[in-house]
Amino acid sequence: MRIALFSTCIVDAMYPSTARATVEILERLGHTVIFPKGQACCGQMHVNSGYFKDALPVVRNHVAAFLQEDYDAAVAPSGSCVASVKHQHPMLANRCGDDGLAADAEEVGAKTYELSQLLTDVLGVTNAAEQLGSYFPHKVTYHPSCHGMRLLRLGDRQQNLLQTVDGLEFAPLPEADQCCGFGGTFSIKNSDVSTAMLNDKADAIEATGASLCAGGDASCLMHIGGGLSRRGSQARTVHFAEILASTREKPLVIPEAQGGVVVLNGGTR
Amino acid sequence: MSVNLGIPAVRSSGEGNLFAHEKFQSAAKRELKNEQLRANLRHATHTIRDKRLNVVSELPDWEELRESGSRIKENVMARLPELLEQFEAAFTARGGVIHWANDATEANAIVTSLIRATGETEVVKVKSMATQEIGLNEHLESLGINAIETDLAELIVQLGHDRPSHILVPAIHKNRTQIRDIFRAEIPNASPDLTDNPKELAATARAYLREKFLNAKVAISGANFGIAETGTLGVVESEGNGRMCLTLPETLITVMGIEKILPRWEDLGVFMQLLPRSSTGERMNPYSSLWTGKNGPDGPQNIHLVMLDNGRTRALADKNGRSALHCIRCSACMNVCPVYERTGGHAYGSTYPGPIGAILSPLLTGITAEENSSLPYASSLCGACFDACPVKINIPEILVDLRAQDVEAQHSVRKAPTEMDVLMKGASWALSSGTRLKFLEKGLPAGRLLAGKDQRISWLPGIAGGWTSSRDIPAPPQSSFRDQWAQREKFQKSQGSQQSQQSQASQKPTGKQGE
Ligand code: SF4
Repeated sequence: MRIALFSTCIVDAMYPSTARATVEILERLGHTVIFPKGQACCGQMHVNSGYFKDALPVVRNHVAAFLQEDYDAAVAPSGSCVASVKHQHPMLANRCGDDGLAADAEEVGAKTYELSQLLTDVLGVTNAAEQLGSYFPHKVTYHPSCHGMRLLRLGDRQQNLLQTVDGLEFAPLPEADQCCGFGGTFSIKNSDVSTAMLNDKADAIEATGASLCAGGDASCLMHIGGGLSRRGSQARTVHFAEILASTREKPLVIPEAQGGVVVLNGGTR
Repeated sequence: MSVNLGIPAVRSSGEGNLFAHEKFQSAAKRELKNEQLRANLRHATHTIRDKRLNVVSELPDWEELRESGSRIKENVMARLPELLEQFEAAFTARGGVIHWANDATEANAIVTSLIRATGETEVVKVKSMATQEIGLNEHLESLGINAIETDLAELIVQLGHDRPSHILVPAIHKNRTQIRDIFRAEIPNASPDLTDNPKELAATARAYLREKFLNAKVAISGANFGIAETGTLGVVESEGNGRMCLTLPETLITVMGIEKILPRWEDLGVFMQLLPRSSTGERMNPYSSLWTGKNGPDGPQNIHLVMLDNGRTRALADKNGRSALHCIRCSACMNVCPVYERTGGHAYGSTYPGPIGAILSPLLTGITAEENSSLPYASSLCGACFDACPVKINIPEILVDLRAQDVEAQHSVRKAPTEMDVLMKGASWALSSGTRLKFLEKGLPAGRLLAGKDQRISWLPGIAGGWTSSRDIPAPPQSSFRDQWAQREKFQKSQGSQQSQQSQASQKPTGKQGE
């Protein structure tokens, strides 16, 4: 298959290793990955903050970038960005009375998948160790991000994939379905409430004794990882794609926790 | 953005409890410091939440029921004027009297004059959100009329000179010991040895209320439903105190929001399944009272209904927000809301707390009512409320829409842009072009410098400081993925080996990857 990668703004600028891992997984399965150059961001932050007017050019740009290319499916390693592409883009276009954009956005949205969705539903990956050679000998817990869970209905897809990684010890997270408190500009506008939610999430992660908390949304992971770092925790966050991409030959190396180095930022693969 | 339905959208007046007096952000900050409140809230919401999940999972057709509930309500909103007329005709034909109130001030005046006509100065009350909304108790008190709440939790709040903080469990923020203290201080015949044993507490309240019921000539209630076809009103409750109010006094005054109408008697079947399960986590609520006018010489002889608008036509005219009027006040959304769980109901200011409050209050008052304009931001948009809502109100979507209305309203009155405005504008410019983003990402190494030796950024200026108040930011990478991809393509071209992409998938594009 020809698969177009949407690297999302945060992954692109802050976590390139997550995008590289995504590419690696797909290529290992024998698919061709393309990168539509014009892409930038899904505009979710603008939409969710109520800045519809400022969101519109961002949405237009995304739709145009992905409409121009020829591919079978688009994928992003981020549940919330995919939810935005699928649901918010047509909604915004309709609100702004742009029928053409709405139709184009529907078209792009219909072809866009979150990574675990693509792997499970389209590419038929059921066992990461067998099909991808995934190997990661660490104790890992997992936080399902809200938009993946409730807007995309990802269910256990990400968790199931992680549990089939060779060597991985899975530690269930207590009250996993509770929001981590990120919420885009919510973490700034209602910083205190966000922090209270974050602290409970961090407590839950620490209670599992896992050295890493995996997830499927770079923004939530940056928020949780940032909180863990601030409290000097030994635990860190990691995108599930990076765990899936890790193999015996090229393992994902976790840097030493130096007073809790923040978010795992790749490794030397 | 609003549609004209031919009903004038009357702005609700300032009387009553629809308007917050403080912005959510600052109220929440204060409430968050109350450790006891948070512990109580956590315990209570988690208990009800689990119970609800259990009884909901018992029903194989729960999703269909939700869909039916939502459809019935949509239908009601589309035909409201007609259904209200039908209800009025049926209600009046059975000996009831209807009064129409545009806002809280009018509703309070109507109830006052009805009570005055009886010559009474003490009335009993069934817990009611509508009377809470219009501030009826406070209003009556100022005129020397004592309205006694008979719902146990509501009584605790009233005796404690407090405000309710949950629509189903108004005293959710109080624990047993606090309740015992309130009873000891406020109930005249309470034993000084009263302990915090729930049985003893209930018995004390019971003895106190019994006396009130037997002497009351006037009762005030709300209503969960008004059935257009028959002119029937309905109240569902758990303790039976409501039933005492609805049957013992001579005069019964009900205050009901105009959106509570159901078209047909059989629609009750859907809501009697949805409501108890969603609110108390029970299969059926213990007491359901339905009354259709006078019932011979038994029960109340003077039956009044105050039909309350108080901003409802305004909400109805908001085509994206009108479904907020589907709300059956079950409180499921607040029990699953992570924000409510931390701040409690008081932080929301208005009568309606939690996720539904965050949309309903600004819809009723208009987003331009300054304090209520902070409510749509009181959410991380996690979506738990939408999942829980028995009538499928898409609360997150309405929150976002109200934010957009607020941003638009603010922009039209503000002269200078805020820091957020500038940020959003700038981000919009940068994020609406791959070339621009690529250019800006050239600054990533500078970000690494900012992060310093320990590879993290712990302080940012301005509103971004909200982030770094409790979170670090990791040092950015040397280069963006976009750049790394371009390097890789260049490398592959120079190798002239486009076809062997696969084997080079993990090829490092440059020597340094930035991590
Ligand atoms: S919005 Fe839905 S969940 Fe919340 S109180 Fe109303 S009916 Fe219940």
